[in-house]
Amino acid sequence: MQLKIRDKEIKNKVSYNKQETLWALFFLSPKIIGLVFFTLGPVIASFLISFTDWDLVSKPIWIGLDNYKHLIRNDVFVKSLITTCYYTVVSVPLGLVLSLLLAVAMNQKIKGIVVFRTAFFLPVISSMVAIALLWRWIYNSQYGLLNYFLGLICIPPQNWLGNTKLAMPSLIAMSVWKGLGYNMMIWLAALQGIPEDLYEAARIDGASKWQQFKNITVPLLSPTTFLLLILGLINSFQVFEQSFVMTGGGPAKATLTIVLYLFSNAFEWLRMGYASAMAYILALIIFVLTLIQFKYQKKWVHY
Amino acid sequence: MRRKINIVKKVFAYLLLTFGALTMIIPFLWMISTALKEPGQIFTMPPVWIPKPVVWENFSRVWNAIPFGKFFLNSFKVSLLGTLGTLISCSWAAFAFARLRFPGKDAFFAIVMLTMMIPGQVTMIPVFVIMKYLGWYDTHFPLWVPSCFGQAFGIFLLRQFFMSLPSELDDAAKIDGCNYFEIYWRIYLPLSKPALATLGVLTFMGSWNNLLGPVIYLKTIEKFTLMVGLSFFQGQYYTDYSLLMTGALISILPILVLYIVAQKYFVQGIALTEIKG
Repeated sequence: MQLKIRDKEIKNKVSYNKQETLWALFFLSPKIIGLVFFTLGPVIASFLISFTDWDLVSKPIWIGLDNYKHLIRNDVFVKSLITTCYYTVVSVPLGLVLSLLLAVAMNQKIKGIVVFRTAFFLPVISSMVAIALLWRWIYNSQYGLLNYFLGLICIPPQNWLGNTKLAMPSLIAMSVWKGLGYNMMIWLAALQGIPEDLYEAARIDGASKWQQFKNITVPLLSPTTFLLLILGLINSFQVFEQSFVMTGGGPAKATLTIVLYLFSNAFEWLRMGYASAMAYILALIIFVLTLIQFKYQKKWVHY
Repeated sequence: MRRKINIVKKVFAYLLLTFGALTMIIPFLWMISTALKEPGQIFTMPPVWIPKPVVWENFSRVWNAIPFGKFFLNSFKVSLLGTLGTLISCSWAAFAFARLRFPGKDAFFAIVMLTMMIPGQVTMIPVFVIMKYLGWYDTHFPLWVPSCFGQAFGIFLLRQFFMSLPSELDDAAKIDGCNYFEIYWRIYLPLSKPALATLGVLTFMGSWNNLLGPVIYLKTIEKFTLMVGLSFFQGQYYTDYSLLMTGALISILPILVLYIVAQKYFVQGIALTEIKG
């Protein structure tokens, strides 16, 4: 008798209210549809398409791993990979360090925070198209603002967007400039979360400013560093608009990024299978890099 | 001694921030200056900062030379519809995750959150195929309809907020005989105005500034959004920087106004990115 009652109680604890579940289904229906048609479904479809040769007009032809085999030997693709890596390796750390510096400065209890914040946010809220047009003008080799300022300190004018060695660094500089405000705000929020007492205690113990920074600030910021690093990695590997608007991938493919090449393959040349294979290789790279970061997390991130 | 160090620190901070702020602002000042010049006047070295004469014609030129007005309206329509769709669909899902109990809730939520890690390029092509199949190529639908089916970030944001509201509210409403939709509509939505504003502002800005979607789906020039239009006509007016700068300037203004009016929501939205981590 007692066992039966206990079973019933346990059953009641686990069972869900049918009405509530139906309501949940209602409220979740848009998301479920979205998952099927716009997220998970396409992920699977894209995988399948990557094994075909398809131009959207005729029927897709199954070619197995041919797309992938071809891509590995495709000089242009490999170059775009290297270019994108170059972009990432320079822009992400540079952006993080500069924005951290700015955040530390903002954290010094200064007046006019709103004014400064607005100034740093102007590039953030502007579209990349507007920024790219502006900087194309600034980078103009004859009448651009940058060459003018450099001329004031006796540096000769450069062909920023036309020189294969300078084009990518120019895009990197512009992208870092645009993103500083955003990262700065995240750093600032993290810095403000560090209790003053820790610094006080360290000061009493005779720690120098640098030691305080090294032993208190950096470790306590490490979760944020980790987050920004991952976000930065994921975003910078997908860089597209800068090259698309400013240089079209040139000069001589110096600014051709993976996504730009992917875009051309898919929407200019209608090589859907080939482009899908590229998308998966990109996704794999991002996944592996993120995984590596997570593995290393234990070594340097303090929670 | 400590006060001296503090003052030095502050001065250094001010210098750094001022220098940084100037690097941010000077390009924009240059943009405005170029927009107010006659086309012939822009190619001078050394650069002239305050144009003589100040020319406002560029603003009307940009409206006539290219279908700028149409671009502006298209962008506005797409962004507004997309934002509304996002707010509704995300608040629905967030409500379910925050307040309803159903089997598989945690697993389902985890899946939704994981989708944030999928790079857009992986879903881009099949979604394009779907849109083409629906006959939506060269229409505005692909630009805002997908937003009506929930975004992981928005669901996360609103769920956090909903969970912070006292659950006694639900109980009181249930006693009064409200069903779950009424609880959502009459209680949770009105109380969530700050969170909705944050999500709305971020979504609107994202849609307004978006280039890839419109570039992929729009073919007829009249249907272009502002960003595609600007990017496209760059070819025709490659060196007419006064025109281009005017166009760029106008494209920034709506979001700038939105930012000035709703600053704290922008800042909140960014702060929430940190929590997401």
